[in-house]
Amino acid sequence: MYSEIVLAGFGGQGVLLIGKLMAYAGMKAGHEVTWLPSYGPEMRGGTCNCTVVLSDKPIGSPISKRPHALIVLNLPSLDKFEDTVRPGGIIVVNTSLINRLPRRTDLTVVPVPANEIALELGNARAANMVALGAFIAASGLVDRANVGEVLKESFAARPKLVAINEEALRRGFEIGQAHTTAVAAG
Amino acid sequence: MAKKLMKGCEAIGEAAIHAGCRLFFGYPITPQNEIPEYMSARLPQVGGMFVQAESEVAASNMLYGASGAGCRVFTSSSSPGISLMMEGVSYMAGAELPVVIVNIMRGGPGLGGILPSQSDYFQATKGGGHGDYRVLVLAPSTVQEAADLVIDAFDLADKYRNPVMVVGDGLIGQMMEPVEFKKTIKPEELAEKPWATTGCAGRERNVINSLYLDPEQLEKHNWDLYAKYQSMAAEVRHEDYNTEGGCDVLIVAYGTVARIAKTAIDQAREKGLKIGLFRPITLYPYPAEALAKAALGAKAVLVAELSTGQMVEDVRAIVAGRRPVAFHGRVGGMVMGPDDLVAEAEKLVAVPA
Repeated sequence: MYSEIVLAGFGGQGVLLIGKLMAYAGMKAGHEVTWLPSYGPEMRGGTCNCTVVLSDKPIGSPISKRPHALIVLNLPSLDKFEDTVRPGGIIVVNTSLINRLPRRTDLTVVPVPANEIALELGNARAANMVALGAFIAASGLVDRANVGEVLKESFAARPKLVAINEEALRRGFEIGQAHTTAVAAG
Repeated sequence: MAKKLMKGCEAIGEAAIHAGCRLFFGYPITPQNEIPEYMSARLPQVGGMFVQAESEVAASNMLYGASGAGCRVFTSSSSPGISLMMEGVSYMAGAELPVVIVNIMRGGPGLGGILPSQSDYFQATKGGGHGDYRVLVLAPSTVQEAADLVIDAFDLADKYRNPVMVVGDGLIGQMMEPVEFKKTIKPEELAEKPWATTGCAGRERNVINSLYLDPEQLEKHNWDLYAKYQSMAAEVRHEDYNTEGGCDVLIVAYGTVARIAKTAIDQAREKGLKIGLFRPITLYPYPAEALAKAALGAKAVLVAELSTGQMVEDVRAIVAGRRPVAFHGRVGGMVMGPDDLVAEAEKLVAVPA
């Protein structure tokens, strides 16, 4: 297994956090993992992205110019990264904030109204977790139980937030299940 | 101890604590602020002290004082800040004081940018400040290796009574990878430093100084230092990757670029091109003998750096015309991809040497 995943959105949408959860979960499953944030001066309010690599072997480059999978929470991120995804890959699109679907026809597209679902659950900030849930169901790359565990650990200081994030993850997971695909390459 | 997922910068800070270091003096600069941030939180928890100095120059002189008093001391900065610290580094080299300095390199010259770079190779390996001196330079390429080398750096600094520099770039500093700390040294377990200025009741006075106005004495001091730097050759470290049985092209790269080269090697394998990697882990002393051996096992050598060509000068001196040596560099915070390295390697095998 070797997979490069790019996660992108506005600063503050929590793409770095869901990237970290994915990396933690991969580590728990015994994989080699890297998590690399973009750290330019644009962090808050601008586009913000991170790259996660999951592999069975030691990881070379932590940078991905041709990812196997993409999670985008806003339109500038879809515009920027759509063309970079490898054929046969997967894109999770936050349709709450993105008013178009990917133009690519050689990919699995998972549309998720992440903000709407998060608002329904009572906390707009959980939209990232909805997108993560959809991704792990559609890609099968990370184990849902592991993600659930690392979520609890990450929110240990704020236990009130665990339930809503778990619920957001579950709702996303259900949507993602309808788009199950094999994204792992190499 | 279980592995933890940590940012390179945090792992570097934690490693210093595992090495028995309890003192940090520094001044903030991107992209290494997570190191002082981490130290400012952690050091008080373990009975240590964190000081944000008024400037890098001040911080480097605080290091001089604390090291002279026999303590393990540590600082981190990024390129422009490291330049400012060079006054203290030269004095510490002159006074033979152990210190560990981490440089998370960013693009220059001047203020440059905040993105990854390897353009401080000359500064790190050829001295950096004024005077005829060298510091040991270690270049990790993973978060785990950064933690391991920081711990080793403290031992090496004490062993040679000399500054040791660990150079990474923003990628190593910002990236998260699983890491474990392989040893824990308590400050009270550290060997005594009989040369330190710890109060001279009942013994001869110790003097920490870099001023030698008598030219004969200063010349002797310089040759003594030179002999010490020569003796550091025993510390050379490197990694050979995919070089067994020779290769078409040998990439020479360190730090982040070496990781990109490893991915390039996998890509090239699918195309039937055999690329090997020589990765120096010590940049000073340079693993010259091992490089010569690896280079002679290849048809051509390709040096890849995030600079316009610095380490390549050392590689050319070592290879000494016995193989063609090409160079590929990106600067300004731009980073080459594995495809670029494969393309450069293909060019080298296409042209008869």
